[in-house]
Amino acid sequence: MFNLNIQTKFDKPILKLIGISKSFPGVKALDKVNLEVFQGEIHAIVGENGAGKSTLMMIISGVYKKDDGKIIFDELETEITDTHHAKSLGISTVFQELSLFPHRKIFENIFAGKEFTRKFGLVDIKKMKIDAKNILSTFDVDFDPSTLLADLTSAERQIVEIAKALSSEVKMLIFDEPTSSLTDRETARLFNIINDLKVKGVAIIYVSHRLEEVFEIADRITVLRDGRYIGTVNKKDADMTQVVRMMVGRDLSDMFPEKSKILRNEFLIINDLCRENILKNINLKLHTEEILGIYGLVGSGRSELARCIFGIDKIDSGEIYINGLKKNIDSPIIAIKNGIGYMPEDRKEAGLFLSLAVKENIVASSLERISNFGFLNTKKTKSLAGQYVERLTIKTPNLEQKVLNLSGGNQQKVLLAKWLAVQPKILIVDEPTKGIDVGAKAEIHFLLRQLANRGVGIIMISSELPEILGMSDKILVMHEGEIRGEFLGDRATQEELLTCAYQE
Amino acid sequence: MLIKNEDSEKLMGDLKSYNHYVDKALNRQKIKVREKLAFALKTIFRIREAAVLVVVIIIGLILTLSSPYFLTIENLKAIAIGLSTDAIMAVGMTILLVSGGFDLSIGSVLAFGGAISALFLGKNFNMWISIIIALAVAAIIGLINGTIVTKIGVNPLITTLGMMSIARGATLVVAQGYPLAEIPLEFTVFGQGEIFGLPVPMLIMLLIVIIGEVMLRRSRFLRQAYYIGSNERAARLSGIHVDKVKMFSYVITATLAVIAGLISTSRLAAAFPQAGIGAELRVISACVIGGASLAGGEGSVLGSLLGVVLLAIVNNGLILKNVSIYWQGIVSGLILILAVTLDILSRRRRVR
Repeated sequence: MFNLNIQTKFDKPILKLIGISKSFPGVKALDKVNLEVFQGEIHAIVGENGAGKSTLMMIISGVYKKDDGKIIFDELETEITDTHHAKSLGISTVFQELSLFPHRKIFENIFAGKEFTRKFGLVDIKKMKIDAKNILSTFDVDFDPSTLLADLTSAERQIVEIAKALSSEVKMLIFDEPTSSLTDRETARLFNIINDLKVKGVAIIYVSHRLEEVFEIADRITVLRDGRYIGTVNKKDADMTQVVRMMVGRDLSDMFPEKSKILRNEFLIINDLCRENILKNINLKLHTEEILGIYGLVGSGRSELARCIFGIDKIDSGEIYINGLKKNIDSPIIAIKNGIGYMPEDRKEAGLFLSLAVKENIVASSLERISNFGFLNTKKTKSLAGQYVERLTIKTPNLEQKVLNLSGGNQQKVLLAKWLAVQPKILIVDEPTKGIDVGAKAEIHFLLRQLANRGVGIIMISSELPEILGMSDKILVMHEGEIRGEFLGDRATQEELLTCAYQE
Repeated sequence: MLIKNEDSEKLMGDLKSYNHYVDKALNRQKIKVREKLAFALKTIFRIREAAVLVVVIIIGLILTLSSPYFLTIENLKAIAIGLSTDAIMAVGMTILLVSGGFDLSIGSVLAFGGAISALFLGKNFNMWISIIIALAVAAIIGLINGTIVTKIGVNPLITTLGMMSIARGATLVVAQGYPLAEIPLEFTVFGQGEIFGLPVPMLIMLLIVIIGEVMLRRSRFLRQAYYIGSNERAARLSGIHVDKVKMFSYVITATLAVIAGLISTSRLAAAFPQAGIGAELRVISACVIGGASLAGGEGSVLGSLLGVVLLAIVNNGLILKNVSIYWQGIVSGLILILAVTLDILSRRRRVR
């Protein structure tokens, strides 16, 4: 009988969404979306950026209110009013941008907002420490609960985040892009944890744009496109091309554009560049029409190299030649004057002006070009911005839209547009497709190649092996501030690059 | 012509449905008009300057209807002269706020500039030389503020709070605690004179506001302030001249404070060491009412001017209505909080 009970429970969805709709000014984010999630299953939600994944999760976790539709949770129709309500129902979320306090200890983070108290409302530190330790031990890690969160790696913080979610009773756990900052090993550990939770009967929603991962961990996959529900498939019955087709509504046959054939003109030459202990004797040559891929682990010095070339960080020794002339680049302003553009990795913190309009973001580095006698010309501004919105097919209702309101892929295109508008001769892009979906990714790859074909030299830093291999004409592998290896883009293999990047 | 029974019934039916159709259409039209009106209102309130202007006009109308003294040339002149110094300082403050900074020292710098000019005028220096010396002092104060903020990285609150105290102290040292009143008659033109019946302080203020508005809205150099205020790190990486613009903003703000100090000294024919106390917060309030944000990236000179005007006519109204002067602070504070609250609420509705 007991078994049967569980069976019936497993047969009924713990969460059922019927016809959920949600609009933002100018955008219909969700249009009559349906979803059924069962207890003890891992249900992946996939879709391109702007497909409505995040909005749907926000509605389930009570951050947004739905405009229309029904939410049935645990067989009762429910209006999820806010995040507290969602938590009290047993819905917890492990957020994409981790919601922890870096200067507090682990146990304080786990029990933030629900501290145990003793007499007179004093906090029961001892009990919290013991409980924290117990929760953490189920994950097979041995943190001291009194460690400061700031002393943990981002993967370890994520475990604390999960522990925090599990510290209250949980029926459903939502993971929103949980692996975006994890290494492969850390990802494997996270998957073990998720599978354990599943066995314990927790319903798990897993949102990700990484299809390989989704196929590794999910039981069922629901695809959203342009805010609409496209369908749900069993992993067993589906393959990746089918899901990609559902996501983009078309086949992505040529994943990467054709590479450059001949490289003649050495445009940028770097000799023996050093910086403190971070960069050691870096030598490289970049040709026009070349995409030079730089691969390496986080901390290998790849982003630091970019910062030095762009004049953000000072170099201790070494020479930089552009088009045969020795250059002393000591600020981004000088770098831009010398025809260098730099698209940083963290686009929200260092790239975009989120509170300003699309138009203003695109012209930010080209103010000189759109002014007459020191005054900005409205017509020139609009035509320059409009030209790139069109060329990069940036999806925005108009040029006055704040960048804040665009999807991740379109934000990245705005950032790229800013640099294209400068008409650089050298463009450094750091993780150009991080956190954006398959379709936008392919578009950005195509744009970068098109740019190279027009004579621009591109340095592309990436930690995605398929991207490095698919895009680069030449690949440099960095390790602990040095260049450890040089490979030809169409001959290198994933294994070669990985061994080179991990070698001690 | 004979109408058969069934025909007439059919006709009646048609008529009914026709009436129904007309009603519907009319209703639709009504809804359309209402929607359009709502849309127009929304647009007005989306543009902060327009919203503040509407409020200013409404208050002006109320005061005109309720007090015979409000809409008189004398009263309007008094308001214009009274708000000139604040409006001049608001121009600099707006530029600073847009770039993500602010300056608490302007009230003290106003007093210090006035005292310096009065000191030299009292020693029979040429009027223009005295003015130039005062402006040079202003530029130095601005450079000090700017250098400490941009090059060393002390936050603007601490830096300008310190400067506020220093400049006030320096004023007291220079003036020895007394008003400096040896002002030649020719100097009083800046505060008391009129050109074609228009008060000189107002004309100076309008000139500065117009230049400030055009420069901040359109000039390539000052336009960079919006980028800096929106995201300083991204601005640096975009090749925006972050330090230059910030430095300039502090210098221009201090300079405008001293210009306000000169006008105030000229108007009262004396430099009072306690001049401009509280001006910094009043000016920041006015800018914020006019759409600037302490977080940076937003605001316009025109909006700030309207903010100054709004506070000034409300205070004028209180005086005309014989409300005790002690109420002014309470009312100004309420307006500030109300303006920002309304702004946040309207944004929230837009986002949700």
